[in-house]
Amino acid sequence: MSTTEIKTKLIPIYVMGKRYKVPETLTIMKAMEYAGYKFIRGCGCRGGICGACATVYRKTGDYKLLSGLACQTVVEPNMYLTQIPFYPANRAVYDFNEIEPVPEEIFKLYPEIFRCVACNACTKVCPMEVDMMDVIANLKRGNIARAAELSFSCIQCGLCTSRCMGELPQYHIAQLSRRIYGSLISPRAKHLQEAVKVIASGKYEECVRSLMAMDENELRKTYQSREMEPEMTGEKWVPENKKYL
Amino acid sequence: MSYTPELKVLIQNVEMTRSARVALKKNGGEFPMMSLPEREAMLRYHPDYKEEGRRALAVGPSKGYRVAHEFADILEAWSRVDPSKVDITNIDMATDVLIIGAGGAGTSAALLATENGAQVIIATKLRHGDANTMMAEGGIQAATKIKKDSPYYHYLDAMGGGHFKGDPDLIYELVTKAPDVIRWLEEMGMMFDKFPDGTMKSIHGGGTSRKRMLSAGDITGAEIMRTIRDEARNHENISVIEFSPVIELLLDESGNCAGALLYNLETEEYFIIRAKAVILATGGCGRLHVQGFMTTNHYGATADGLVLGYRAGVPLHLLHTVQYHPTGAVYPEQAEGLLITEKFRGAGANLVNIKGEQFVNEREPRDIESSCCIRECLERGLGVSTPTGRLGVWLDSPMIDMLSGEGTVQQNFPGKYILFKRYGIDISKEPMLIYPTLHYQNGGLRIDARCRTNIPGLYAAGEVTGGVHGENRLMGNSLLDILVFGRIAGREAAAYSHQVKTENNLSLNHVKAFHRELEKAGIPKERVSPMLLPDYTDPEVRKRQLTSTYLGTLR
Repeated sequence: MSTTEIKTKLIPIYVMGKRYKVPETLTIMKAMEYAGYKFIRGCGCRGGICGACATVYRKTGDYKLLSGLACQTVVEPNMYLTQIPFYPANRAVYDFNEIEPVPEEIFKLYPEIFRCVACNACTKVCPMEVDMMDVIANLKRGNIARAAELSFSCIQCGLCTSRCMGELPQYHIAQLSRRIYGSLISPRAKHLQEAVKVIASGKYEECVRSLMAMDENELRKTYQSREMEPEMTGEKWVPENKKYL
Repeated sequence: MSYTPELKVLIQNVEMTRSARVALKKNGGEFPMMSLPEREAMLRYHPDYKEEGRRALAVGPSKGYRVAHEFADILEAWSRVDPSKVDITNIDMATDVLIIGAGGAGTSAALLATENGAQVIIATKLRHGDANTMMAEGGIQAATKIKKDSPYYHYLDAMGGGHFKGDPDLIYELVTKAPDVIRWLEEMGMMFDKFPDGTMKSIHGGGTSRKRMLSAGDITGAEIMRTIRDEARNHENISVIEFSPVIELLLDESGNCAGALLYNLETEEYFIIRAKAVILATGGCGRLHVQGFMTTNHYGATADGLVLGYRAGVPLHLLHTVQYHPTGAVYPEQAEGLLITEKFRGAGANLVNIKGEQFVNEREPRDIESSCCIRECLERGLGVSTPTGRLGVWLDSPMIDMLSGEGTVQQNFPGKYILFKRYGIDISKEPMLIYPTLHYQNGGLRIDARCRTNIPGLYAAGEVTGGVHGENRLMGNSLLDILVFGRIAGREAAAYSHQVKTENNLSLNHVKAFHRELEKAGIPKERVSPMLLPDYTDPEVRKRQLTSTYLGTLR
């Protein structure tokens, strides 16, 4: 795992304004560790999904502010970067059991949603390519379902909120809309409710207990001979042996 | 960072055999599955079976038990503090239930503990939700389609996948509580993959006999984590203390668990928390890099909970096996170790060698898939070498579009599709280069079906425990594990906390006793745990850091 094994070209980067030379193939995160930083904040899953390592950077001679996740973005020569280990954002507290699937619920909890001026800064800064401005626009129009779908890839890194001139906590608003959609708008799974009910009735108690009581040899035999659902079947497939269903 | 010209030439071998492999599948054919004896023979290629990779523990409740050196190094180690110097009469915080760890198990435990009337503190080393839960991609198993499936088959799959070594009582809880966990998530608003009528989409995973894997895109764990975290944030009886790992448990004079010693990573202060019940939900161990393997795990996966529990007297169970996920990225270099979800194989993508030949059915259990990849590379010499000298085999993702229609890869694997696109690789057209990567701690602390350890007041749930998955976990059973047992632990700990009436004096005598054992066994004083965070500082830099005395990874 040692980064010293890498025999690649060293390039200069500027961590919070200070120059370090690092191997050009590394991500920002690994490059900072290579340089001697030890993360407490600003480092989480290291796989681009937890949102801990939001980073903003500029390149020499370019006015544009760029952004990315430190664990996913490869270093470039002369990049000036800093991580945003924490950014304060307003999160409304609510009783989800009381929530109705109507946009007014979201407006009530997050009235600042109407401070959005559609500047698109949130969308531009998003490392996950979520069209966050469109998420907010859909909510303002009352389309919770669309907002939920559009924001599905959000990793809640908070970069959108850090750039918002209307001071919206977009990622918290999007989270609420996804929960409303998932629970109250998208149809519930009927087979799931049925399964919960049948299990509670104790129907499988006997057959599962019989497996628990089996010795290993018998269990192995039962395991080897279990009927396999073929891969390329749709929802219609049913097994020949229905005894344990 | 797209494929080098050399690799592009090798990809042609994969393309040449692809249409025949797709045709076989379309006609209902399969690469033959292995029999149980064949599987067992294959396991000698698995890292778990290398005796030189482990040693017998010299101290503690599982003394003599052989585990990987990396585990032994943290279990046979000294506390970060001198127990005689800690003033445990000075209580800084008090609560009913203290939960250590804020991933899926810890958070679901918190929700259930609160629901059952307890005041909860969650202490976590990083942020709330920084956990392996967040990174689980493929899905969560539950027998919800009872016209073709039932807990009976789920039990059989989990038991067999784990080499028949799992704990029957724990697997019973796992499979019979599964649909209720899914119901709980759906009610909270988790966005499952569904057909328009609400039916959940379900697919196979390695070792499943029925398609019962439910999902939310290729970010199932993240969707679970952000949903339950959001719910936890609505409860004023749950307070979360971030960047503050627990470094020792506190027992009381009668030997019950009654609190913990907390360490603020930023101010380097220690705090005493008194609690009526404590739940260990600290997760796994990938950052120990067992046997030098790369890992899919998050930054904090350093097995701290094992150390805390072991020092307090909880024995280990099935810790001699760890799971290597068969498909971790080896190319490009910056994605090294990154998890490529099993769902790719569930959707039909083959594993093929340098010649373009398939060498294993893609739906064998994980340890078998990993063993086959390792054999292909190390023994048969049919692996593909990367520019930095790593070996790997191809995961033929373009098959998925050919099997299920153009655009399926992009639609079903948006996370990986975007990521690889950034590297100049279109995974719907080009295969991915993969090698097994350290993924999951199969074993851990011993618990019973009510998540109790042998220490009254101390509970454990999730990856830190052992027994649910035997010697090898199936895909989709870990997200299920953390929620089923997190909920049980929360409920049980809350009930226990209501019964605790008297508050005895706190004690660190168990740590003092453990230190005496270490002394006797001649364990060097430099070996300190829990590790808390891994260290990736360049050794050249480390040589120049003269002012710091390092204990593990922090000063």
